Amino acid sequence: MTDVWIVVAVVGVVTVLFKAAGPVFLGRRALPPRIKSVVELLAPVMLTALVVTQTVGGDGELSLDARIPGVAAAAVAVWRRVPLVGAMAVAAVVTALVRALA
Amino acid sequence: MRENGQGLRVRDGVRAALPLAPGPLLFGLSFGVLADAAGMGVVAATVMSATTFAGSAQFGAVTVLDAGGTLVAAIAAAVFLNARYIAISVTVASIFPGGRARRLVESQLIVDESWALAGRSGRFEWPILVGSGLFLYVLWVVSTALGTVLGGALGDPNGLGLDAAFAALFLALLAPYLRNRRAVQAAALAAVITLVLTPVAPAGVPIVAAAAACLLGLKR
Repeated sequence: MTDVWIVVAVVGVVTVLFKAAGPVFLGRRALPPRIKSVVELLAPVMLTALVVTQTVGGDGELSLDARIPGVAAAAVAVWRRVPLVGAMAVAAVVTALVRALA
Repeated sequence: MRENGQGLRVRDGVRAALPLAPGPLLFGLSFGVLADAAGMGVVAATVMSATTFAGSAQFGAVTVLDAGGTLVAAIAAAVFLNARYIAISVTVASIFPGGRARRLVESQLIVDESWALAGRSGRFEWPILVGSGLFLYVLWVVSTALGTVLGGALGDPNGLGLDAAFAALFLALLAPYLRNRRAVQAAALAAVITLVLTPVAPAGVPIVAAAAACLLGLKR
């Protein structure tokens, strides 16, 4: 319980400061170009790590299971420009079906 | 409230965000379901949505906690995911009127969607950003609270394939970034780092270590 609240508090304060960075702290100054290109890569990099962990992550090991066909089907859905919630539904249904059949 | 030229009002921002409503609504419900599965509780999950108001970072932190990762790993994952708001907020720095306190409060309404809507006309419009941001904020907080309740009723989320659904969620959020070649290279490196570290490092650490892939941005 306490751990959860520490995460909520720290992430909350840091996010408030990030969003205020331009309007309150930096004003019209631009970020240095190299810092900007590093910062802009953080979101895709972290999202990739989350996709990998959520697809093949296990308890301290790689675990290849029914999530893989589910996520693969969702990848096709995303590629075909199916909206976020549709892609999530595709992944859930395919994975649940594979689990039920296994 | 009329603050800008062109006669735009905050109400116009709310109207601009209306067609987007199903997305954030279901996204918020999903966050509530995940938070409940991670044992977070309705109050902590709702407070997080009200104070952080940034879906992917909230999902990132709670995913790490749910996997048994440490406090530091969960915080680092969320902070890295939200660092893009430094760059985003700089692009709209000049549209916020008033003193520091007011700008601090209103800048919290910057999210990916409100920022994109505010810039649709080719220049950023304050009433659109604030109106759409307010609407999305209320939707996000309410749907999170509902999601935790719904999560309690769902039972074992993994049996329903919800673990794969959350992977799909991150994948869908990732897709728009992959139009840029540098981002594809950094994402590939991040995937390798995560795969290599998962069997040997404690939960959460591979995700945080993957952040190092953003240093490819230093390359010319």
